[in-house]
Amino acid sequence: MLHIVIIGAGECGARAAFALREKGFDGQITLVGAEEHLPYERPPLSKEALLHGLEPKLVSDAARYADAGIAVLTGLSVESIDPAGKTVQLSNGDSLPYDRLLLTMGARPRPFPGLSGTIHRIRTLRTHDDTVAIRAGLQPGKHLAIIGGGFIGLELAATARKLGAQVTLLEGLPRILSRGVPDEIAGVVAARHQAEGVEILCGVKIQSLEESRDEVKVHFEDGRTMAADLIVVGIGAIPNVELARDAGLTIDNGIAVDEHLQTSVPDIFAAGDCCSFPLAHYDGRRLRLEAWRNAQDQGALAAANLLGAGEAMSALPWFWSDQYDLTLQIAGLADGATQTIRRDTADGAFILFHLDAGGRLIAASGIGTGNAIARDIRLAEMMIAAGVRPDPVALAAAQTKLKSLLAA
Amino acid sequence: MTNWVEVCAADEIDEEDVIRFDHEGRTFAVYRSPDDQFFATDGLCTHEKIHLADGLVMDDIIECPKHNGRFSYKTGEAKGAPVCVNLKTYAVKVEAGSVFISLA
Ligand SMILES: Cc1cc2nc3c(=O)[nH]c(=O)nc-3n(C[C@H](O)[C@H](O)[C@H](O)COP(=O)(O)OP(=O)(O)OC[C@H]3O[C@@H](n4cnc5c(N)ncnc54)[C@H](O)[C@@H]3O)c2cc1C
Ligand code: FES
Repeated sequence: MLHIVIIGAGECGARAAFALREKGFDGQITLVGAEEHLPYERPPLSKEALLHGLEPKLVSDAARYADAGIAVLTGLSVESIDPAGKTVQLSNGDSLPYDRLLLTMGARPRPFPGLSGTIHRIRTLRTHDDTVAIRAGLQPGKHLAIIGGGFIGLELAATARKLGAQVTLLEGLPRILSRGVPDEIAGVVAARHQAEGVEILCGVKIQSLEESRDEVKVHFEDGRTMAADLIVVGIGAIPNVELARDAGLTIDNGIAVDEHLQTSVPDIFAAGDCCSFPLAHYDGRRLRLEAWRNAQDQGALAAANLLGAGEAMSALPWFWSDQYDLTLQIAGLADGATQTIRRDTADGAFILFHLDAGGRLIAASGIGTGNAIARDIRLAEMMIAAGVRPDPVALAAAQTKLKSLLAA
Repeated sequence: MTNWVEVCAADEIDEEDVIRFDHEGRTFAVYRSPDDQFFATDGLCTHEKIHLADGLVMDDIIECPKHNGRFSYKTGEAKGAPVCVNLKTYAVKVEAGSVFISLA
């Protein structure tokens, strides 16, 4: 019986396992995960789970894995892959033979440079256990310093304010969200955080962090220091590629896969946060995403291709973030844009449409309360996929239904 | 006994669109399909409690605005991850230009 082993029991690995069954695979499936929990969703970790101290939001409960005949080995990591012998070595000493292998090992937080030893008051946020530990340090009045003005840092700032903590956010660059988020939207986010009492310091250069028994200190390059009760470092993530690299697979800012999510070794596929892939819609440009829907889409696609479907990746990048009652969504890649069109919808919500030199819609980003911009972003995504060159005047006019531009 | 509750005038819902309808502390989503039929489901997504009326209707699918979970609004069937619990559906009738849904 064919045995498919999936390394990494996160969103992507779990989706792939179920998708194999949905596509009719009746062989053996083993999902191996280093964490103690069954696969769970990470987005709540900086949002509701942190706010309310919730249990992990499982992708599926144990019964559904059992019903689907998916063996989930939690609390076990794979220590090496032998692509020639087609086995993986587990941390409990067992070795597991496979016919096909899927790597969904995700990414881990980039550590603050130079930190070592036992650290309690300097943390990162990636796992449920991280959320539990951070929540324990966020009583009202405690001072939280967040290093990094990316999505995780900002979502954490919003939740920490709701929990009554005092929050300072430190960003080395001149503004927050400088990676992939337009100025206008980053400005709305920053203003909201400031209105909620978050102190945002941009352009700061940190020299070192120092932990003592009762507090932790940030030492800036200009000689100043700042004390806090807790520091959370949110300066990006590093893809977990070591296993693949040691097994001889090609690495290129992630485990390099082709448009079918196949690695440089034919029996081995990779998907989710750990892989970099070429995206045909953007001239085959290679990218690595750290986004929830991508983990889902690629998990399902990898499952199809593990079974020989030979389908190419076509889903577009799509991302959302929730901070306070604001939701931001981005579809596509705005990098090549030469023109931006703004569409103001109700209650301060707006969408930016990014067009390339040829007038083709290549990305859309929006922000508003609740799901104010969701439907239009979704339609924009469909317009991007269809390669539409929309009339800029119609785009800007809130009364034009985007559905009508999609059909055009 | 069927309890028909008036939602709105039929022409207040566009074809291939959805509106939110709140009634006695409950919330529903009422749809008009591209072939001009009316349907109703529970108003909140079964993944997280998000109003489906902010989502996109495509053919007989309602797509949740939050994470793009999909349901058939005709049958309530959840069409796959991240949604795995079906939506409850309600009977709908149109009378004298008004849409009514049946609440048990
Ligand atoms: C706090 C937080 C908030 C987020 N919010 C959003 C959001 O609002 N919107 C959005 O679009 N995205 C969000 N994301 C991103 C999204 O959660 C990720 O893109 C997604 O989790 C990626 O899934 P994955 O399965 O590829 O990787 P992961 O979820 O990282 O799963 C990989 C798993 O593999 C395990 N593993 C690694 N190596 C081994 C090994 N050798 N052996 C066994 N197991 C191994 C890891 O322990 C881990 O459990 C957020 C992420 C975080 C951390
Ligand atoms: S809330 Fe509807 S798909 Fe997540």
